[in-house]
Amino acid sequence: MAIDISQFLDTFYEESFEGLDIMESELLNLDVGEADVEVINTIFRAAHSIKGGSGTFGLNAVADYTHVMETLLDEMRAGEREVTQNAVDILLRSVDVLRSMLISLKDNEDLDQETISKTHEELTHLLNGGATGTPAEAITASDATAQQSEQADKQQGWTIKFKPHPDMLQTGNDPVRIIRELESLGDVSVEADTSALPEFEMLDPELSYLSWTIHLSGNVAEDDITECFEWVDDECDLSIVATQSIENKTSGEGNVATDKPMIEAAAAPEERRTSDRRQGERRSAPKAAKKPAESTSIRVNINKVDDLINMVGELVITQSMLSQIGGVEDFDTSALERLNDGLSQLEQHTRELQESVMRIRMMPISFAFQRFPRLVHDLSSQLGKQIELKLTGESTELDKTVMEKIGDPLVHLVRNSLDHGIEMPDVRVQNGKDETGIIELNAFHQGGNIVIEIRDDGAGLNKERILNKAIASGIVKEEDNLSDEQVNDLIFAPGFSTAEVVSDVSGRGVGMDVVRRNIRALGGTVEVQSEQGVGSVFTIRLPLTLAILDGQLIRVGEETYIVPLISIIESLQVNPEMMSSVTGAADVYKLRDDYIPIVRLYDVFGIKADSTNISEGLLVVVENEGKKIALFVDELLGQQQVVIKSLETNLKQIDGLSGATILGNGTVALILDINGVMTLYQEVTRASILQDKTEKIIAA
Amino acid sequence: MAKILAVDDSASMRQMVSFTLKGAGFDVTEASDGVEALTKAKSDKYDLVISDVNMPNMDGLTLVGELRKLGEFKFIPILLLTTESSTEKKKEGKAAGATGWIVKPFNPDQLLKTVNKVLG
Repeated sequence: MAIDISQFLDTFYEESFEGLDIMESELLNLDVGEADVEVINTIFRAAHSIKGGSGTFGLNAVADYTHVMETLLDEMRAGEREVTQNAVDILLRSVDVLRSMLISLKDNEDLDQETISKTHEELTHLLNGGATGTPAEAITASDATAQQSEQADKQQGWTIKFKPHPDMLQTGNDPVRIIRELESLGDVSVEADTSALPEFEMLDPELSYLSWTIHLSGNVAEDDITECFEWVDDECDLSIVATQSIENKTSGEGNVATDKPMIEAAAAPEERRTSDRRQGERRSAPKAAKKPAESTSIRVNINKVDDLINMVGELVITQSMLSQIGGVEDFDTSALERLNDGLSQLEQHTRELQESVMRIRMMPISFAFQRFPRLVHDLSSQLGKQIELKLTGESTELDKTVMEKIGDPLVHLVRNSLDHGIEMPDVRVQNGKDETGIIELNAFHQGGNIVIEIRDDGAGLNKERILNKAIASGIVKEEDNLSDEQVNDLIFAPGFSTAEVVSDVSGRGVGMDVVRRNIRALGGTVEVQSEQGVGSVFTIRLPLTLAILDGQLIRVGEETYIVPLISIIESLQVNPEMMSSVTGAADVYKLRDDYIPIVRLYDVFGIKADSTNISEGLLVVVENEGKKIALFVDELLGQQQVVIKSLETNLKQIDGLSGATILGNGTVALILDINGVMTLYQEVTRASILQDKTEKIIAA
Repeated sequence: MAKILAVDDSASMRQMVSFTLKGAGFDVTEASDGVEALTKAKSDKYDLVISDVNMPNMDGLTLVGELRKLGEFKFIPILLLTTESSTEKKKEGKAAGATGWIVKPFNPDQLLKTVNKVLG
């Protein structure tokens, strides 16, 4: 039966990446000098699994590489080898190499042979520096065995004496099975020796009393016979003697029968198997190239799936209940009551079903956190700082897509804390702090959001320097009276950098504005609180999912739009006195100390509104990236959660809109992209000012 | 139909073993470590156990020992999945009471051949 084992490759890659993550985090946990055996064991097990799997799935480069790692770890586990910092570092690098090997293999790309052989060399060098038996020797030895077995004599017939030890049955081995196996090699005649069989009442059915003399005829190699007894060689007395030897072409010697089967000889068929497999791999390589590289799978806890099935079950019951009511010929008030019950049940089940489905996409944030121990380990040694990383709330769940996109901003913030936040050990001691700095990553749910905090006990933000820098780069004016929060917030301004020396750790300070932009793109916010000399906390708030949005429904003429609730500051009725017109084309509204441009949505989208008179409608004040606009709408409808449907997949990207949704009454409502609306508004205003000017010139 | 308990902490290996054996008509139950395997063994009967050696929670060698203590599993064949490098493991496995081993890496045909051999 031919089975295509490549179908299990995706699972193999997935678990191997998990294994590598485990190896990495455990290696970072390893105390140099007095390593915990259990920790080494965990690392060993991960390496061992990858080796076993890669061998089975024909990824021999990976198998060979992990073999060396495994040998090294095995010696550490057995206490034969000291756990040095150097060894840990090489093993960590090897984890990186393995990861990139697996990624390349997965994506059908070429392996980076240079890096692989470099770390492989480091590994073998480490391995040979003290231990016995190099892999190279091992290969030579088995090659020799293979050659030896190639030359093994074939005999015309064999006499096999097989006497199981009394307790052989207790390992589940069956003599009959072995004899049957011999039968598959050639013609067999068997004589059973029952002389050791005791009286019936003395007979212990769990013991073996019989022995056999087996005559095997045919052209059978001795190796094939010993292989049949491979599992029981130390649980029986065995002799294999050639009954009739014939001259062998390649060797005149070696026809002497052996009493004991040879373990070495048993290794030979394995060696052949290995080489067969290698050829197999080469053959199957072009076929694998057809596979799409990216994995779009998600691992879901079985409980979540069960919940889902339960919910669907409930839904089916409700549906059948409702259809029963629908089937009643005389629809009276009693049916109405049941209908109402049914509908409210339906509502509840639908909501629960929606929640269950959403939960499937949710993954614990540990997936995003797990890269940090390594990052902190590498960077702190690079910077000469001592840093302890604390992770809490790792089981907090987050939408998979949000998780993938929050990774880079998080890395940037942690790097920033490492580089600019935590001081050098001597500076810390001078300031009366512990020389080891602490970076804390914490995640928790709050309302409908997930909050991620990055807290450090470093130097904190230097407000004076930030302000000076911001004034120098023209971001703020000297006379602006900024609150502490506003000053701190300046670090997120585009192009802002305070680092005196540009480091290769957190770069040129072009990052923070990008961090904020990326987080905003996810519908989230980031803010910083800081106290000089005590430390800083960066707080990221993110929606739990990108698939659902809390929206405010608004109406303009016959169209319904949805404004993300998160962008709305307030909605108000217009007080005409607060309105003023700028250059005849743009209106602004004075709201407390702010002048806010009024955006007439009917104008921006070119539709017909109930009224173009500002005092007859409502203003919805929205904010994006610190800028505010007031949307002029006819009516505010309700607030509701809406499921976001992509416009791009069904239509195309449209400026000012981030998506669409289907409302309860079946109509499609478009979701406003506030940033896009602002850009559109600027274009419309500019065009109308231009037209205004042209008209004036013509009139003049 | 013979019932087989397949134990491996690696999902891909488990899937491969299970898929291969199911394809050949065996009734296969999976377990991801020794503890889970032992629980399943206590609640059901099996004709063959195939187990990985290196596993978290309870390794294959301990599992073999524990299974042999159960009356139903005293003579049931138990095969260990082991790597070619670990001759010592084979010995340890035998000492713990394993019937035999399947050497990793193996392909589905080799697995089936061994299983058929054991189950006759």
